[in-house]
Amino acid sequence: MQLTLWTYEGPPHIGAMRVVASMQGVHLVLHAPQGDTYADLLFTMIERRGTRPPVSYTTFQARELGSDTAELVKNCVGEAFERFKPRVLLVGEACTAELIQDQPGALARGMGLPVPVLSLELPAYARKECWGANETFYQLVRGLLKPRVPEAGRHPEPRPADRCPRANLLGPTALGFRCRDDVEEVTRLLASVGVDVHVVAPLGATPEDLLRIPEADFNVCLYPETADQTCLWLERMFGQPTVKTVPIGIGATRDFLDEVGRIAGIDVTDAKSPISSRMPWYSRSVDSTYLTGKRVFIFADATHAVAAARMCAEELGFMVVGIGTYAREFARDVRECAKRYGVEPLITDDYLEVEKRAAELQPELMLGTQMERHIAKRLGIPCAVISAPVHVQDFPARYAPQMGFEGANVMFDTWVHPLMMGLEEHLITMFREDFEFHDAATPSHLGSRVGASRPTEAGSQAVAESADSPMQADASTIIWAAEAEQELKKIPFFVRGKARRNTERFAAEQGIQTITVETLYDAKAHFGR
Amino acid sequence: MSGQPTLERGSAAGDLLPVVTRERGQRQVFCGLAGIVWLHRKIQDAFFLVIGSRTCAHLLQSAAGVMIFAEPRFATAILHERDLAGLADCNAELDRVVAEVLERRPDIGTLFLVGSCPSEVIKLDLAKAAERLSGVYSGRVRILDYSASGLETTFTQGEDACLKALVPELPQLPSGERSLLVLGTLPDVVEDQFARLFAELGIGPVHFLPPRRTTAFPPLGSGTKILLAQPFLGETARACEARGARLLSAPYPFGIEGTLGWLRAATEAWGVTGEVLDAVTAPAIARAQRGLAHHRESLEGKRISFLPDSQLEIPLARFLQRECGMELVEVGTPFLDRQLMAEEMRLLPEGVRLTEGQDLERQLDRLRADRPDLTVCGLGLANPLESEGLRTKWSIELVFTPVHGFDQAADLAELFARPLRRAALLRV
Repeated sequence: MQLTLWTYEGPPHIGAMRVVASMQGVHLVLHAPQGDTYADLLFTMIERRGTRPPVSYTTFQARELGSDTAELVKNCVGEAFERFKPRVLLVGEACTAELIQDQPGALARGMGLPVPVLSLELPAYARKECWGANETFYQLVRGLLKPRVPEAGRHPEPRPADRCPRANLLGPTALGFRCRDDVEEVTRLLASVGVDVHVVAPLGATPEDLLRIPEADFNVCLYPETADQTCLWLERMFGQPTVKTVPIGIGATRDFLDEVGRIAGIDVTDAKSPISSRMPWYSRSVDSTYLTGKRVFIFADATHAVAAARMCAEELGFMVVGIGTYAREFARDVRECAKRYGVEPLITDDYLEVEKRAAELQPELMLGTQMERHIAKRLGIPCAVISAPVHVQDFPARYAPQMGFEGANVMFDTWVHPLMMGLEEHLITMFREDFEFHDAATPSHLGSRVGASRPTEAGSQAVAESADSPMQADASTIIWAAEAEQELKKIPFFVRGKARRNTERFAAEQGIQTITVETLYDAKAHFGR
Repeated sequence: MSGQPTLERGSAAGDLLPVVTRERGQRQVFCGLAGIVWLHRKIQDAFFLVIGSRTCAHLLQSAAGVMIFAEPRFATAILHERDLAGLADCNAELDRVVAEVLERRPDIGTLFLVGSCPSEVIKLDLAKAAERLSGVYSGRVRILDYSASGLETTFTQGEDACLKALVPELPQLPSGERSLLVLGTLPDVVEDQFARLFAELGIGPVHFLPPRRTTAFPPLGSGTKILLAQPFLGETARACEARGARLLSAPYPFGIEGTLGWLRAATEAWGVTGEVLDAVTAPAIARAQRGLAHHRESLEGKRISFLPDSQLEIPLARFLQRECGMELVEVGTPFLDRQLMAEEMRLLPEGVRLTEGQDLERQLDRLRADRPDLTVCGLGLANPLESEGLRTKWSIELVFTPVHGFDQAADLAELFARPLRRAALLRV
């Protein structure tokens, strides 16, 4: 047993859902008890999708255990097929179904449906979400392409001289970090060196698209956490090389272009310094001097953590004081990276350990996931999110990629914003003794920042009230009964000030001298519309 | 998925109770674990330790993600492969995890071991574990257990299971004494409003379960009369009855009518006259009427459907239909306790379409055909329905927001009026 307050990853069937929710024409039947349908809200609420994920749940209950759960599976598969007419049907089981061993995959395959039925093994007590996504994507691609694998020793035909090189972008999924925008940015980046994007998968792909994967000249493993198995297999079976550099940050984007140029046999020199790339200049500008040596703690999936460390060290002049990942499958990459920066790597999926390390390190900035946002808030440390798991605010309406040159611009902004502005920090250093510019002053852009500098509730209320001087004359003649004052305190702090002022205004208008609980609620009824 | 729904006649007595259609199929409802999200905010010295899978931890996190601003007072002990191998090992593991929790949070007064689907399937005996651990921590921490698995409970039934686990812990009310016990998690502000009303009515002593702190358990005995503030607490009510308490039959305190009926049940039990009840409640009712009038304008004549979720559906539908003038298209409830719902069912309009259980896809088909002005549903469905042009209200909000009693009647109506107002406002 492992004690967790928050978890970085869901169970492996959530990974499977991320793959099917990304695609068209695919449906997943999940053998799972009632309650497991909560997973839909990840997609519809956190990612704000307008459609339910294409998943049907068997939702079995206690009274069905040991009797007809297998029948339930068959009914559910049949009904899902009839209703959604998928071109590929996936069948898997959630943690409880794994224990009752109905083997829903075998049941479904025995039904003779006229479409491919793939059974997923998702060991819920040993594996997690990213593994589930990786495995599901691999099983899908392998399941569909296996009959088309060329004989051993047959090499792919060379690209005709008159055709552009073609690349597949593999790995972007639903609930990933900025995947949609990254795909657009990388497509643009590849176009700038004359490479066509052939298939993007799983995001937006159909089963037919997956069948077209072998037609490309090479694969870009955009998100190794979901696509490295698939890329490896395609390399082995179809002789398709893989571009392994993930283009996050200026340096990595240039390396990515170099790797593409080498594999596709094209010249990429001109594309490596586009005018849209403002980040290098912003970072050199004098206002950024204050960023020098800022101590940063990074904890994320492996790909984003490693990329962020390089950006921090080489492109923003920060100091990496800690790095870690929850993705054990990719721990080696993070260990190597940690060695480069001379820090101790933290490989764990235990939120409490990360919190402990953050408290020890006391970094000036945390780069992490939604979980690090919780940690940073508690410890009063500025934080920016760089990786899944994420929350609704990490699916912004605007275009905000992480990859390519625009991605570097976006990251410059989002990582620097939680910090104090350069000029502000200079002033605080210069006027250290000044009453306005002391160390504990809340940065101008972080009005509600948690920490020692947070004004007490009473203090802020006093300020709010003295600012309200026109009310003062009337309000001063009005008394709050102790009971009413107590009642007022039960109102959430963020509307309490308003409730107080409204009640006093109401009392003044009605000529009430003493505000009672009744007055409070009368005022609420009066203004509450 | 039995296909055809089964029809059930109203009641043997043949009165005008609505016909209930039962459905069985895919459900889109949280399991009982979700109750932890509000229970841990209410019982301030309690900690909830779920013994379950990674899915349970992920569910709690997703259900609570938006609402938890501080460190949660709940956690999951995630079962791994090696825990499934041998049960003896599992108990040792549990002891270790409990020690870890208590070391981290020495302020905990009561620790709930919460069973889940997997712990139930592998037959992990949490009652025994709670007993064992109670011995270890006796005098320091009270350790209780209950199951909130999706195999046994839906959404709000988790609270029922939790409160039921508290019943044996309640001290005995001396015979000859009487008291009123209000069951169901209420926001503190609402609890205090009710306490004041009861005091003015001359009813007392009044206690609430769950209490804010488990050091202040209310007494229970044959002189205890029970009022349910939430309609999903059948098991807890029956456990109290088994200790001699008597459940007062009443509608639920939503809206003016419900709140008045609810208070009346208490006044009748206490022999308080109708005149006193009217006098005490008149100012609050007048206020509520003023507040409601405004929202009634936007709600009147609008059509509403409830998908099954919190078991609050029937009382809310009654309030919206009778006090706000809404038209009920379909009222779905995950589970219908006929005894607890008796007073409410009488107030529903004749011929209302009432469904129990769920077959999600068929229900959505009906919804698309009905196209009501507003649909009350769970979080997983809201955005997809909005994208189909249907306005929605998250049912979970109705469990967290102060909506009971006279002074919240307008707030309750406002929750339903806001999506409609917004729809009228937007030009995007």
